Amino acid sequence: MTMANTTASQTEAPVFYLKEEHHPQNGTMLGFWLYLMSDCLIFAILFATHGVLGRNYAAGPAPVDLFDLELVAINTSMLLFSSITYGFAMLAMEKGSIKGTQTWLAITGLFGIAFVGLELYEFHHLWYIGATPMRSGFLSSFYTLVATHGLHVTFGIIWLVTLMVQVAKRGLIVENKRRLMCLSLFWHFLDVIWIGVFSVVYLLGVLG
Amino acid sequence: MFSNPDLLHFIFGRLSLESFPMFHEPILAVTFAGVVLGGIVVLGALTYFKLWGYLWREWITSIDHKKIGIMYIILALVMLLRGFADAIMMRAQQAIAFGDVAGYLPPDHYDQIFTAHGVIMIFFVAMPLVTGLMNFVVPLQIGARDVAFPFLNNFSFWMTTAGAITVMISLFVGEFAKTGWLAYPPLSDIVYSPGVGVDYYIWALQIAGVGTLLSGVNLIVTIVKMRAPGMSMMKMPVFTWTSLCTNILIVAAFPVLTAVLVLLSLDRYVGTNFFTNDLGGNAMMYVNLIWIWGHPEVYILILPAFGVFSEVVSTFCRKRLFGYSSMVYATIVITILSYLVWLHHFFTMGSGASVNAFFGITTMIISIPTGAKIFNWLFTMYKGRISFDVPMLWTMGFMLTFVIGGMTGVMLAVPPADFVLHNSLFLIAHFHNVIIGGVVFGMFAGIVYWFPKAFGYKLDPFWGKMSFWFWLVGFYFAFMPLYVLGLMGVTRRMNHFDDGSLQIWFIIAAFGAVLIAIGIASFLMSLVVSFIKREELRDETGDPWDARTLEWSTSSPPPAYNFAFTPVVHDLDAWADMKKRGYVRPTSGFLDIHMPKNTGAGAILAGMSLVLGFALIWHIWWLVAVSFIALIGTAIAHTFNYNRDYHIPASEVVATEEERTALLAKQQA
Repeated sequence: MTMANTTASQTEAPVFYLKEEHHPQNGTMLGFWLYLMSDCLIFAILFATHGVLGRNYAAGPAPVDLFDLELVAINTSMLLFSSITYGFAMLAMEKGSIKGTQTWLAITGLFGIAFVGLELYEFHHLWYIGATPMRSGFLSSFYTLVATHGLHVTFGIIWLVTLMVQVAKRGLIVENKRRLMCLSLFWHFLDVIWIGVFSVVYLLGVLG
Repeated sequence: MFSNPDLLHFIFGRLSLESFPMFHEPILAVTFAGVVLGGIVVLGALTYFKLWGYLWREWITSIDHKKIGIMYIILALVMLLRGFADAIMMRAQQAIAFGDVAGYLPPDHYDQIFTAHGVIMIFFVAMPLVTGLMNFVVPLQIGARDVAFPFLNNFSFWMTTAGAITVMISLFVGEFAKTGWLAYPPLSDIVYSPGVGVDYYIWALQIAGVGTLLSGVNLIVTIVKMRAPGMSMMKMPVFTWTSLCTNILIVAAFPVLTAVLVLLSLDRYVGTNFFTNDLGGNAMMYVNLIWIWGHPEVYILILPAFGVFSEVVSTFCRKRLFGYSSMVYATIVITILSYLVWLHHFFTMGSGASVNAFFGITTMIISIPTGAKIFNWLFTMYKGRISFDVPMLWTMGFMLTFVIGGMTGVMLAVPPADFVLHNSLFLIAHFHNVIIGGVVFGMFAGIVYWFPKAFGYKLDPFWGKMSFWFWLVGFYFAFMPLYVLGLMGVTRRMNHFDDGSLQIWFIIAAFGAVLIAIGIASFLMSLVVSFIKREELRDETGDPWDARTLEWSTSSPPPAYNFAFTPVVHDLDAWADMKKRGYVRPTSGFLDIHMPKNTGAGAILAGMSLVLGFALIWHIWWLVAVSFIALIGTAIAHTFNYNRDYHIPASEVVATEEERTALLAKQQA
């Protein structure tokens, strides 16, 4: 049997084209992952900048004078909870439950809004006591790193609302599932970045 | 109402009648008149011949990778004329401005010209040439129907164009940066550059950068996910390999540029202290960060050129490329090493002997894989049946010229030597040596090589050879004197000299620039003449060079769907393998083909980004708000369109393919 096959393939011309339609793998997940890695590099640069400028207080306030770790801990938990609830949304999506998906997405969005709200409150307070981004190199890099993360979360919330509308209109079709998956990657990615911000900027800042 | 300055300021931001330099600069007035006249002729012709609808349907909204690739190259050629105009103005100024003669360009204008020249040549000539060629060739070489994200591809192109338009606007509205092409602070900070020039620079690069990054993601996914069955990584054509590495570099380097320009904008717009002289800023950090992007950038440009030379050498020597695997590994090694050398751009900034030694050594190590490539090309030529067509001429011109540039590069890599040569004309000669001798020659080789694939007829060889010889000889006349001057200690970016003994070298260099101008004109002539003689030069086989890779297996120009049936690959140089083993072109059994639909969303979003950029440059805050909201709103609205693809019916495929069958039969008869 095997021998017959080998001889046949030696005499016949090899196959040079597919007779049926060729379906390459969908590349959205790989593409989105590559985008996230490029975004990660932007954060890497901002972390590096903070590493260089983080002690340049220019006779202005230092982290220990400014940061309220309790507030930041609450804020961190908002974001961590939102990642868990996004996970629940994805589980509901896998089960095919539109209602479950939407509910968990809404809760995730609320946690996100709470996070951004607390961050704005913190910024407002700092600004009020004179710790503006213009004050020193340290404050410039602090605000830029934290606000870039905050802007990402804000865009994540806008995206999340958009997807909720799209799920409501069209249900859990393939395209929407793929989009929810991308947002899921994005959301968890921001969580990971925030853990870096919390440790490097706030904890190490107050310690140092 | 018009006497109310606050209201005027609210409406127009920093923009006023003073912002239009063509009213008081004669050079700009003449240029402006020329551009307006030319613009009226082009727009009038488009209207007269009723081409607007055609342009919109077939090109502007097209998501076909082949058309987008062609548009990138057209953009690059247009911008080449602008960038070269800057070059020849500088050469003219430096050839005459000695002693009491001030020349015709005041320092204020001269500084804008050298900045614009660098920015345009790198970002809006070299980058679109490279991206355009990759866009056109890669999907065809891997047997795919399009790129992975066809809409993003269109959007990327229009963002690049929007960036180019932003730079062009700066010619007539306001000014361009006077800081040099990398805009080092503190010179580029608001204190020393209060005008709009640096803001034009920032937003042009940010807008174009979005396009570059997305097209990088797009092509990586295309190469990783969409190769024809059987094409393993080590069976990919070398051009596809170098494209993959280039796009990896793009995705891993451009975010750094984005981030550092954001920090510079914050310093300028908000008053932060990243790169300022006081309050804890650190200008050295900018120089480090921008070169962490900037050094990989030069490899982003050269790697695809290496890919072109590999394809050209093996095709025109009628041989398999010598040392395919070593070529692939050399490319990968260069990709990695390109991240470990950035500090050699500023050895003189006092990082200390150990740091300088590390970066000097890594820089020298890069010449090893590059040298391996040169030997591979030489061994491919050895005992090959070489035909001296125009792409092969460019390749041989490259091999000689690039080796000289490489050797002066190794000289600059030695930190003590660099202390003497830093920022001198020696450096200018070196990087033009590798960029013209490498990237430009490579892109011309690529354009001439793939032109028949794109348009169905070859480029006229006479004008092609004219263009090659004028470029080659012109290059040596223009830049060898700069090596001499640099060794004598002449620094870059000067618009006037006291020492008259230097003048002869600048006159020789200006003569070289004139030769290069003739080279460019000859290339444009070759496009015109070949179009007129297109019936004579027509190729109906789809394989005019008897080449080796898959793109030559389909018709020229390829149909919208590229391949009626997806090819199956068995060996490296798949098309050569198919020809050798008696491939018979299928003439029946065609199916419906699934394709993406055209969309105007890319051009519209890029147009809005252009408005947003302009408003940011001129501090027109209401327009910033409006265009930003419109941009986000349109992007969201676009995601509500789920109806993005269609099927080309089998009957249409049959008609297209039968036409080709008839043409091929006529050829054989």
